[in-house]
Amino acid sequence: MSQETKLITINIDGQDIQVPAGTNVIDAATSAGKEIPHFCYHPHLSVSGNCRMCLVELGTPMIDRATNQPVLDENGKPKISFMPKPAIACSTKATPGMHVKTQTPAIKDCQNGVMEFLLVNHPLDCPICDQAGECRLQEFATDYGRGYSRYIEEKNVKPKRTQLGPRVTLDDERCILCSRCVRFSKEIVKDDVLGFIDRGSYSTLACYPGKKLENNYSLNTVDICPVGALTSTDFRFKMRVWFLKPVNSICTESSVGVNTQVWSREGQIYRITPRRNDAVNDSWMADSGRMLYKQVEDESRLKHYQINGVESTFEAATKAAADLINSGKVAYVGSARMSVEEQFLLREIAEFKLGGMHLVYHQQQGDDLLIAKDASPNLRGALVSGLIKELPKTDLAVLGTRIDSGNVDTLFVAGEDLTKVGLTPAQIAKVKIIYHGTHTNATSEKSAVLLPALTVFERTGCFINQQFRIQKFNTCVPPTNGIRADIEVLSQIQSQVKGEHYKLPNIQAIWEQMGKRINVLAGVTFNSIPDDGLLLDGSDFSALTFCEVKSLHYNVRTSTSTFANT
Amino acid sequence: MAKVVDRKPLTWAEHTYLPQIVGGLKITLTNLFRKKVTLQYPEERPVIPDGYRGIPTLVKDPNGREKCVSCQLCEFVCPPKAIRITPGAIPEENTERAHIEKAPQEFEINMLRCIYCGFCQEVCPEEAIFLQDTFSLSGYSREELVFQKQKLYEIGGTLPDKHFKWDKKRSAAHAGNAH
Ligand code: SF4
Ligand code: SF4
Ligand code: FES
Repeated sequence: MSQETKLITINIDGQDIQVPAGTNVIDAATSAGKEIPHFCYHPHLSVSGNCRMCLVELGTPMIDRATNQPVLDENGKPKISFMPKPAIACSTKATPGMHVKTQTPAIKDCQNGVMEFLLVNHPLDCPICDQAGECRLQEFATDYGRGYSRYIEEKNVKPKRTQLGPRVTLDDERCILCSRCVRFSKEIVKDDVLGFIDRGSYSTLACYPGKKLENNYSLNTVDICPVGALTSTDFRFKMRVWFLKPVNSICTESSVGVNTQVWSREGQIYRITPRRNDAVNDSWMADSGRMLYKQVEDESRLKHYQINGVESTFEAATKAAADLINSGKVAYVGSARMSVEEQFLLREIAEFKLGGMHLVYHQQQGDDLLIAKDASPNLRGALVSGLIKELPKTDLAVLGTRIDSGNVDTLFVAGEDLTKVGLTPAQIAKVKIIYHGTHTNATSEKSAVLLPALTVFERTGCFINQQFRIQKFNTCVPPTNGIRADIEVLSQIQSQVKGEHYKLPNIQAIWEQMGKRINVLAGVTFNSIPDDGLLLDGSDFSALTFCEVKSLHYNVRTSTSTFANT
Repeated sequence: MAKVVDRKPLTWAEHTYLPQIVGGLKITLTNLFRKKVTLQYPEERPVIPDGYRGIPTLVKDPNGREKCVSCQLCEFVCPPKAIRITPGAIPEENTERAHIEKAPQEFEINMLRCIYCGFCQEVCPEEAIFLQDTFSLSGYSREELVFQKQKLYEIGGTLPDKHFKWDKKRSAAHAGNAH
């Protein structure tokens, strides 16, 4: 683990606080519950210091040159010498004994002046601006601004809807030239396409000639833009943010487990944004992951329980599924897209009515930021929950041979399209399929019992990411068409298979069971998992070679060595 | 503690009831010959004073353009949640209005919910919604009383405007930078 950094004491507005040495003064103030207003500073980007909003008065203890000792005042306290002029907090690092004043009349004057200059050419089109409601400029204008404008001259005119790329629209009039987006593209994505052209009040954000802002992380520029200059073309003019309710979730795009917030109004999702987690995704997420909400209202969603193509009820369909499992030679196709809880329930079914458990190792291209090679969010969960003991293959060829040799005549399938993972139509025709998935596909159409499932946005549970960090996702919108949660379906089938009385499952109770049976989860409860996840001990699986190589906060070499040490 | 209220016995005059009857007749007769205040509603209609809060309506500017930019502030502020807006973009091809960028696709006010508080009018940054003088509404179904955008504009009509904010923006955009 990293070395404990030395704590030092600094004083902000008369309040002593302890921070690690070298902390940025803005962050130090935030940790003390104080706000130093800032536009261009971002904790995950380099400091550029161009907006001047973060001006504060800085002082350091006076040192006697002769004795090299701090000069003391009559009370025996070190004397502080303040700089004659304000300094920007964002490019200042905390040093021992430093004094920061954020509330003096001089500072208020500075903030007032900076706000006035920023608003000189601002179009003030808040009524049509998507950023309204989460706009730094709006907030700071009310908190630190003058409250009225003295500017009567003509305002600058700039292009209002430039397409910077396929997903990002730029309104140049609103841009305050903070360069966050420029720094993001250059430093994080290493796709240096943005820059400023022209000078003075003609300065404009633009793409390098012949290039576009089209990398898969372009929408992060929209998130970090402190004003409404960069807007998401998908979300543009769709809904005002104050109507949207954010719910914490996890991106299912890959095993990175990007922390997200899903914003919905009245059961309809409008956008997905990243949620800060410095151990996983910092403040970023991929554009592709943001579009996943569209699956919720997709045409091909499965909406009805069916037995042999005839619409049925939850009770009858789960009963039929259980009967099929009990009567036949069953095999299970689990999934690394199920939550840990669901995987555990499936494991229990498979332990009662034995049959092979088959999973597919979905792999993709990936990049070294936030899309891992493992295309499913919860393969580690399948291992931890005991659903599987070793890494799955990339297709179901083994299951295919088992079907051919007549060992399997019933399949429980959790959301895999069998036609795409190595089973031939002839093999599929030989088995009765119980399909539990979200969308229509070739397998769901062939199924004997069809159990519609919920998307990640409609259920609650946990995923374990590539770092063996267990993270919670919460129900963001109510289930489509009254479909029951996946854990309800699985527990119903489980009690039917075992011939027990059905109890409505509750996630806490499932966690109690898991805590008893799974060593690394002992003592963990669902409620005790913090919002930024809980790092589990993955040493049991250190012998396995996972396909991920490197992500923002994951490196295969360092991580295996960490596991070996713990 | 019980309190005994003394009741004065009636005088002789009071016993006759005549003074009371005369007094009553006097009131009746004076009112009979006074100017009448009753309006023969609905044939006769009252004069609606300025600032009256009738039903909320959408208005156009004197150039006949819709002023609402679907900022949804009225939807947010409306206490009984009577307003429902589907925002939309004005396409860039619409050169007349493209500088406004945004306008409502749908604008619904449920008049059965509206409590005529006037908050929407107060909050509107574009002066696009006004509670005007229509005060009596009736209909055969609930749906009929959910007014759509077109109807709201019909009732609203045009009101004088002194800002022409978006016009100024457009001419500025045409003129380009001043310096
Ligand atoms: S008058 Fe009040 S209740 Fe009626 S629509 Fe406006 S805000 Fe809503
Ligand atoms: S009527 Fe006014 S407040 Fe309501 S959406 Fe339109 S512009 Fe906004
Ligand atoms: S935040 Fe410090 S100068 Fe912009």
